[in-house]
Amino acid sequence: MLVEHAWTDKRIENILGNLLRAGVVFSAVMVLCGGSVYLVRHGRAPADYRVFRGEPSELRSVPGVVRDALDLSGRSIIQLGLLFLIATPVARVIFSIWGFAAERDRMYVIFTVIVLAILIFSLVGSSQM
Amino acid sequence: MNILEFTALVFVGSLIAGLLGSLTGLGGGVVLVPLLTLFFKVDIRYAIGASLVSVIATSSGAAASYVKEGFSNIRIGMFLEIATTLGALSGAFLAVWMPTKGIAIIFGVVLLISAFLSRKPRTPAERNAPPDPLATRLRLNGSFPDLEGPRSYNVQRVPAGFAIMFGAGALSGLLGIGSGAMKVLAMDQAMRIPFKVSTTTSNFMIGVTAAASAGVYLHRGYIDPGLSMPVMLGVLGGSMVGAGILVKAETKWLRLVFSTVIVLLGIEMLYKGLSGRI
Repeated sequence: MLVEHAWTDKRIENILGNLLRAGVVFSAVMVLCGGSVYLVRHGRAPADYRVFRGEPSELRSVPGVVRDALDLSGRSIIQLGLLFLIATPVARVIFSIWGFAAERDRMYVIFTVIVLAILIFSLVGSSQM
Repeated sequence: MNILEFTALVFVGSLIAGLLGSLTGLGGGVVLVPLLTLFFKVDIRYAIGASLVSVIATSSGAAASYVKEGFSNIRIGMFLEIATTLGALSGAFLAVWMPTKGIAIIFGVVLLISAFLSRKPRTPAERNAPPDPLATRLRLNGSFPDLEGPRSYNVQRVPAGFAIMFGAGALSGLLGIGSGAMKVLAMDQAMRIPFKVSTTTSNFMIGVTAAASAGVYLHRGYIDPGLSMPVMLGVLGGSMVGAGILVKAETKWLRLVFSTVIVLLGIEMLYKGLSGRI
């Protein structure tokens, strides 16, 4: 029983490690592609980050970024890559729920669901506040 | 300065920050925001957004290898992430309401404290005392690979650790940093978890903690793609190079230099915040 438990833990940890690495590599490549487009098109414009204006509304929400990235603008491709990056830890949490459920560890399934709920609230619900 | 030059300079700065952060174990995020605000004159809100994104990248990148080596304890991490994500959410909402000079002052204080903590030698805490009954109920006790095979450990003072983790999360959400030092403090000093397990589990938790405030930042328009791009790629590249080269002999010297830089940045942030010029 104990041996099997440890074996499953080990396997979950391995898959988790690969998941995290794949997420980071994928989003870095996307940011790099979007960045190249952005620099080629706007590289000669003056840089100004002294005054905070906030991002335009289409770059502030998950659906907005996805819609905008389909137009292949450099900034929105970068933003989509950053969204994938933010999604990597979220995917890790979702996978952990599955892993703990496979081990029949009800307590940790609940803990992980709580963390997931907080993350989803931040990504989707916090714009209304 | 045009966007191309600005991007190149920010990339180089972030690369160095990521490299030093990973070589010294102090994390690159803590110097990024001062670097961007003091030298590149970036508004602190954009700087915090870009820094937070890079924190997610380095944490997830580094955690991948630690998780496989079996040092990090995913149960401890998962349980404490309830505290850090709640803290991060509170911190991010606080960041939205707080005036920027207030954020600069808190940032300065945190920089000075983290430099102090990194200079202080760790007192070897009492190990293998009987576990906290709460830790046993939560199944937090574990083992890690040591030279003579797996070594088990008992977790203590769970409520204290949980409370400090909430604070670490709040600082992460308020300042856009990983606050790894405070997470390690909670696990290593309060909960008496072995140092190696503490540092790797902390790294594992940083990404999820940062993701909890990233959503709030995104909706408030703090995450600028043009700025985040060179910062994220630079810090990630720097920390990957840092993890690859082993300069154990010079770490002590590097730590001294890096903590001196952190002190200077801390004083400058405090000054800018107190004089309201940020």
